[in-house]
Amino acid sequence: MRRYLLRKLLVYGLTFFVAVTVNWMIPRFMPGDPVSSMIARASVAQPEAVEAMRAHYNSLFGFDRPVFEQYVNFWIALLRGDLGISIWLFPTPVWDVIVRAVPYTIALLLPAILLSWIAGNWFGAFAARRRWLDNTMLPVGYILTATPYMWLAILMAWGLGVVAGIFPVAGGYSFELQPSWSWEFIGDLALHWFLPFASLFIVAFGGWAIGMRNMIIYELEADYANYLAALGAPARLIRRYAFRNAMLPQITGLALQLGTLVAGALVTEVVFSYPGLGHLILKAIQNQDFFLLQGTFLFIVIGVLIANFLIDIVYTVVDPRTRMGLGGAA
Amino acid sequence: MTTPDTEPSGAAGTAAAPGAVAPAPAAAAVPRGALAETLYFAVRNGKLLGGLAVFTLLLVAALAGPLLLSGDPNAYVGLAAQAPSAEHWFGTTHFGQDVFAQFVHGLRSTFYVGAVGGGIAAVIGMVVGFTAGYRGGLVDEILNALTNVVLVLPALAVLLVINAYLGVRSLTVQALFIGLTSWPWAARAIRAQTLSLRARDFTDLARLSGVSTWKIIVREIAPNMSSYLFMTFILLFGGAILIGASLDFIGLGPTQGISLGLMLNNAAQWNALHLGMWWWFVPPGAGITAIVGSLYVMNVGLDEVFNPKLRET
Amino acid sequence: MTLRVTDLKVYYKTLRGEVKALDGVTFELGDAEILGLAGESGCGKSTLGKALIRMDGRMRLRGGGVELDGERLPIDDDAAMNRYRYHRISLIPQYSMSALNPTRRIGRMIRELVESRGVRYADVEEELLRRLKLVGLDPDVLSRYPIELSGGMKQRTVMVISTLLNPSLLIADEVTSALDVSTQKAVAKALAGFRDRGFVKSMIFVTHDISLTYQIADTIMVMYAGKLVEKASASAIVSKPRHPYTQALINSLPEVGVRYTDRRLSGIPGAPPSLLKPPAGCRFRDRCPKAFARCAAEEPPVTEVASGHFVACWKG
Repeated sequence: MRRYLLRKLLVYGLTFFVAVTVNWMIPRFMPGDPVSSMIARASVAQPEAVEAMRAHYNSLFGFDRPVFEQYVNFWIALLRGDLGISIWLFPTPVWDVIVRAVPYTIALLLPAILLSWIAGNWFGAFAARRRWLDNTMLPVGYILTATPYMWLAILMAWGLGVVAGIFPVAGGYSFELQPSWSWEFIGDLALHWFLPFASLFIVAFGGWAIGMRNMIIYELEADYANYLAALGAPARLIRRYAFRNAMLPQITGLALQLGTLVAGALVTEVVFSYPGLGHLILKAIQNQDFFLLQGTFLFIVIGVLIANFLIDIVYTVVDPRTRMGLGGAA
Repeated sequence: MTTPDTEPSGAAGTAAAPGAVAPAPAAAAVPRGALAETLYFAVRNGKLLGGLAVFTLLLVAALAGPLLLSGDPNAYVGLAAQAPSAEHWFGTTHFGQDVFAQFVHGLRSTFYVGAVGGGIAAVIGMVVGFTAGYRGGLVDEILNALTNVVLVLPALAVLLVINAYLGVRSLTVQALFIGLTSWPWAARAIRAQTLSLRARDFTDLARLSGVSTWKIIVREIAPNMSSYLFMTFILLFGGAILIGASLDFIGLGPTQGISLGLMLNNAAQWNALHLGMWWWFVPPGAGITAIVGSLYVMNVGLDEVFNPKLRET
Repeated sequence: MTLRVTDLKVYYKTLRGEVKALDGVTFELGDAEILGLAGESGCGKSTLGKALIRMDGRMRLRGGGVELDGERLPIDDDAAMNRYRYHRISLIPQYSMSALNPTRRIGRMIRELVESRGVRYADVEEELLRRLKLVGLDPDVLSRYPIELSGGMKQRTVMVISTLLNPSLLIADEVTSALDVSTQKAVAKALAGFRDRGFVKSMIFVTHDISLTYQIADTIMVMYAGKLVEKASASAIVSKPRHPYTQALINSLPEVGVRYTDRRLSGIPGAPPSLLKPPAGCRFRDRCPKAFARCAAEEPPVTEVASGHFVACWKG
């Protein structure tokens, strides 16, 4: 078990290293000059100001140093939590901008992922081998997994927000309110939270339900299920075993879907102007704020890696085979 | 087996596929003699035929539509913000562009990104998966580490950073980068399949008679899992479309031309929602869902055709 | 008489029609008898084994019946059949290596299984431990997961689980095909021991390996293309086979009995007929060296040529 987790940690460490390196490399080896495009974006007229800005950005990137030193400095700054200064919200440090946005994204993602996973698994297991339900669920589930997150978000914002007028369709809370710990504010937060959450939940739910349905059918065909049935064990017991065993690949699946779910959250936030990381990314792109974009990227990578590791720990608890050190590694 | 896979049961690689729509674990290879039988089931499989019909219909629209509606889909051709009418089937945008013209041109871009992005991912996934599974040992260890690293990196986040730095963005470059980031689960699934096929007699026989690795893979292993490979490609196709649409929507779509994701981006950006211009944002999203959905449903159908266990008798 | 099977017909439903996998088989199984059931794959022996305990979704009962201890079994009624399973009829499956739930400790799985069948675990626990010891397993296998056991250990565990409730009839379906030769013998011996100790009243030992059957079976029944071909005491089948198919089968084995070692190892040329539309007459006639006109015209009936020796052949 320790070997299994250590191996995983090694992969995540390597991934983090690759991510940071990619992050460092992209602006340096891409066609075009990031400093010029940033200055063009800033639309400053005076040549002196342009030169001053150029010098400022150049030193920020450290272009005047040898490449290796640039790379080491990049790591040192990163480990100090220095992700540069945001251009969109100049002169706020990127770190602060991101830290303010992270709670919104987590508040959206965490419940959406966990609830859709639990509900989807439960429903998929329930529907499997119940002909009528299965025949209805299957097409609906496949259509849901094929739905782009942002489209469902747009449809829900339009239907329940604009047309029906039940939910607000933009922002994390109403503009006229000041953040505080009052019931009014919390209620307002929840109201703004609901639609982005619901649209994420629904798309993800379809995927989990289908996944569980397929896995449990596979498990019900497994040898141990046949053996139990031959010995007359009730369907209830067999289904319980099958469900538990079908959960294991679904846990692995959760880890593998994290990237997709995060992507879904990003575009959903864009639809609802929800003030999380997705919204930051949009603003960063619109304002050519590369520091902010790259900082957000690193945050997402770290978040995904941590979540992966948590899932690995859960997996070793539920699957005896990993605990024995006999089962999977990789 | 050199490195045990994550999935301890026979379900190797299954869970790795996006949206739990992976080919079934036991997706069996079809012996060539059974071609007639496969066809027999194929033409009787509702899911396969239905999916294929929707897919073909949209493909025809994507190929023929732009020929009939030639000219710039982004040109201002009519009054602004018109609801669907006989003249403009899907209405017009805020600027008076014809939504239907944009839709058929957008479909074409979407298919292009899916085919090229999915194709590149499939090729990389196959090469990596076959090599890792067949060679084993150190080669497997290294390729496995590479696969796992790319697998846990959130693809969209990487693509966002790369595309943001590209001054001029084209569909081809977009598809290329999508392909480069979305192959890992396919590589893992193919590796697992290769491992199980490698243990079979016919590969041993070929190896004993001194045939080279690549010849064995091309001649013995690939044909035996061709159905599995095809299904993998279908899923990658669909996945590439969804990622491409997300990129377009965030504002990193192609700088020129139009795509379904870009239409959604424009609609959202110009307040189609608040202006009640549903005809602007419903068709592109529906188009994406229909293409990807038909691919997934086709995939389930194919799975039932190739895998006798799943056939309903 | 433990088991009486009368003209049993079980067909497989397929898209191309019904496959007559078991086409009118009649035999009896006495108390404390071990019946070896032999034949090529596809001869219907596995279908018979399945039909006696649990038919799968594609199997259809098309005639005949089964009596266990004088009681007629509702073999085509899955729900009604459940009463008999495990308590009266039990199974050691072909897939013993994977018959145990991989994510449950073995002891807990057994507890859940027996309690789901209305038996208190405490009532059988002592016997369970005794029998595990008997097959050479430590009591601590109960606190282990299947993956921690070797193949042979899993095999023996399944044997003990399957026979825990002392069934009248045990079906051992190709239990040895996954094992190496020395283990095969040990498993066969252990099964015979189970019968001797009364853990099971009688047993059907399904296998394609006649030489192994010979070591534990009292009687051997040979099947071909869904039909009974020959049934006799094990020694009679091996030393005095009457049916050309049995003779060919015995001849194709190098190691059965010393007297056959000088014979040439001969496979049986040809293939069994399609069971979708089986030909009239004797089903073996196309491969039979002794076939003559009558074999094509009329199906040879099963006749008792000597006491307890049944043959279905015009020349038997």
